[in-house]
Amino acid sequence: MADEALFQFLHSELIQYIYKSGGSGETENGKRITKLETMGFRVGQGLIERFTKETPRFKDELDIMKFICKDFWTCLFKKQIDNLRTNHQGIYVLQDNSFRLLSQLSAGKQYLEHAPKYLAFTCGLVRGGLSDLGVKSVVTAEVAGMPACKFQVMIQKA
Amino acid sequence: MAVCIAVIAKENYPLYIRSVPMQNELKFHYTVHTSLDVVEEKISAAGKAMADQRELYLGLLYPTEDYKVYGYVTNSKVKFVIVVDSSNTSLRDNEIRSMFRKLHNSFTDVMCNPFYNPGDPVQSKAFDSMVSGMMVQAS
Repeated sequence: MADEALFQFLHSELIQYIYKSGGSGETENGKRITKLETMGFRVGQGLIERFTKETPRFKDELDIMKFICKDFWTCLFKKQIDNLRTNHQGIYVLQDNSFRLLSQLSAGKQYLEHAPKYLAFTCGLVRGGLSDLGVKSVVTAEVAGMPACKFQVMIQKA
Repeated sequence: MAVCIAVIAKENYPLYIRSVPMQNELKFHYTVHTSLDVVEEKISAAGKAMADQRELYLGLLYPTEDYKVYGYVTNSKVKFVIVVDSSNTSLRDNEIRSMFRKLHNSFTDVMCNPFYNPGDPVQSKAFDSMVSGMMVQAS
């Protein structure tokens, strides 16, 4: 489908654009990741407002996480999260075995160092979505082998 | 048709409030403000009772002598309050529902506008004209 390709192209162009400006080094790199994450945050806020228009009120935190894993993920990446795990104390691990935004990169460990910039936007999306639903969180991502990745959501208790 | 329409943020401060006629503005602000307690009550009660009462539309919050106050809460905990005249008995529950749906759709559009900052007062013209359409025309 055309719209899927558009999102992927736009996303990789966005990364290209952000990485073209400024110098190199650890702090510069961190700033760019933050920028991507903040963009995702705003988009996530808008999207969740749209996606939850018809859904009934959520029962609890787990209900919200299930919504993120199923409906939210399906709308964005045309598949559900493959595995959701939690310790019931505010940490959730979302595992996607073939993450769409990584699927165009060569599988394996060759480009592993470039993976974080392709995940920052999505981390922001999840964090923005959750914050709009009243759940403050910190979202981090990790990649062990290319198309698979894990998102860790840490809920911040007020 | 409504005499007052208000949008209230997650943290319970007004994002948008519009009433007709103008001279009674303060009174409507007061009515909307008092309704927030009822909204809060309804949401927390729904949490306990579960299952059945999880609709976004909260129904009639409370009737006063002159007005009826209806409420609606989005999943992001933004509240919509519509105040209608009690004398207007022809207004059905379904019509109120569709008014809220329109309000929610329009608010979603505002939220998705990249120039809008979440948490700021709503100043969108499209939203404004949609609300105007739902208000009683001042004679």
